Amino acid sequence: MKRINHHVSEELLVAYAAGALPYPFALVVATHLSMCDECRVRLAAHETMAGLIVEETAAMDVDPGLKSRVLAMLDEPAPIAPPVQGAGIFPAPLFEALNFEPPRWKHLGFGSRQSILSDDNKGSVRLLYIPAGQAVPDHGHNGLELTLVLQGAFSDSTGRFGVGDLEIANDDLEHTPIAEEGEACICLAATDASLRFNSLIPRLLQPILKI
Amino acid sequence: MFVLDDHRIAGPKIGAERTVSRVAEPSRPEFSEQTVWMIAVRSNRDKRAFAKLFDYYAPRIKAVLMRSGASSAMAEDIVQDTMLTVWRKADQFDPHRAQVSGWVFQIARNRQIDIIRKERRPVPEELAPAEETEVDAAHIVALEQETQQLRSALEKLSPNQRQMLEKAYLGELSHTEIQAETGMPLGTIKSRIRLGLERLRHELKGNRS
Repeated sequence: MKRINHHVSEELLVAYAAGALPYPFALVVATHLSMCDECRVRLAAHETMAGLIVEETAAMDVDPGLKSRVLAMLDEPAPIAPPVQGAGIFPAPLFEALNFEPPRWKHLGFGSRQSILSDDNKGSVRLLYIPAGQAVPDHGHNGLELTLVLQGAFSDSTGRFGVGDLEIANDDLEHTPIAEEGEACICLAATDASLRFNSLIPRLLQPILKI
Repeated sequence: MFVLDDHRIAGPKIGAERTVSRVAEPSRPEFSEQTVWMIAVRSNRDKRAFAKLFDYYAPRIKAVLMRSGASSAMAEDIVQDTMLTVWRKADQFDPHRAQVSGWVFQIARNRQIDIIRKERRPVPEELAPAEETEVDAAHIVALEQETQQLRSALEKLSPNQRQMLEKAYLGELSHTEIQAETGMPLGTIKSRIRLGLERLRHELKGNRS
């Protein structure tokens, strides 16, 4: 396992364990958890907390027939889907979001590409491909942005992010991530708002490019 | 997978079963009832133990689901699916890493998100099953002690902190609303994390190059 330096924050982990994260962020967090043993164990601790709270919840009566119905179903054969597997640089939850196919890239210009996995009122999540040594267009954002590195590395004013590292950027961060020399950088990025670019032309193109 | 695979009964599990029947005796009060029932379901497909799990969890899971907006009928449908999954996927429960209530709640939450939001909840890639299947009673006891300390820490919170924590862990707060001030007993959580890491590294040794 590669050394991971940038992890999921405590509040994101709690929100994920509680099922409160919108889909785009939940996908990035689940993908990071697939790559990071430390966060996997931190999640288990939060799941324990959630379990303790469930134990102390005031119970509600269930239909008296429910138990006998469930007990009667125990011996029924039940197909259990085999566990979902990842492929290459795409851990299982991400590969599932890709429908178990390689990403369908769309060109963004200057060699950069993107593949949108989901884009609706809950936010957006997509894969980004940035050629080695190139900058992601200068942008700030309206809300939270999570960026997880799957291949290569990038750096910005806040530090260096390699494979498995998660950057958590709030709306106050105007940053210019630059892909490291060597391999192209592939990231999974989620936002709860569409990105806004600092120059005029990309802003006009924003609704067309969906970035 | 779900059928009573012979290898699970006849194979290396025999040692585990011996340990389980020993720990299930009342002379081992360190294991919570839920853990004893769950291990009996996992290792022995014990239906009486499953019925106990049902009696304990069905009313609580229903209450939690209704608290997050499910109707009574919808909540009971999810409870039914959850308890069947507990039975069918019992072999995936690892008492060395997870606590039963937390594990059951995650199954219920996954199902609820699938049904109500009509989307697949992204979950982390499953780890390869541990090579050793022996129940390490000492480790489980250590985890249960950590859980007990977490429980006492919860009891010491002010009513307001306690309420915030419930809201956060039951999904009533957004990630932006969850602040460090919810009063999470982080110190105790951290010692549980240390134990968990120790176990995970132990299990992964040999499974990963």
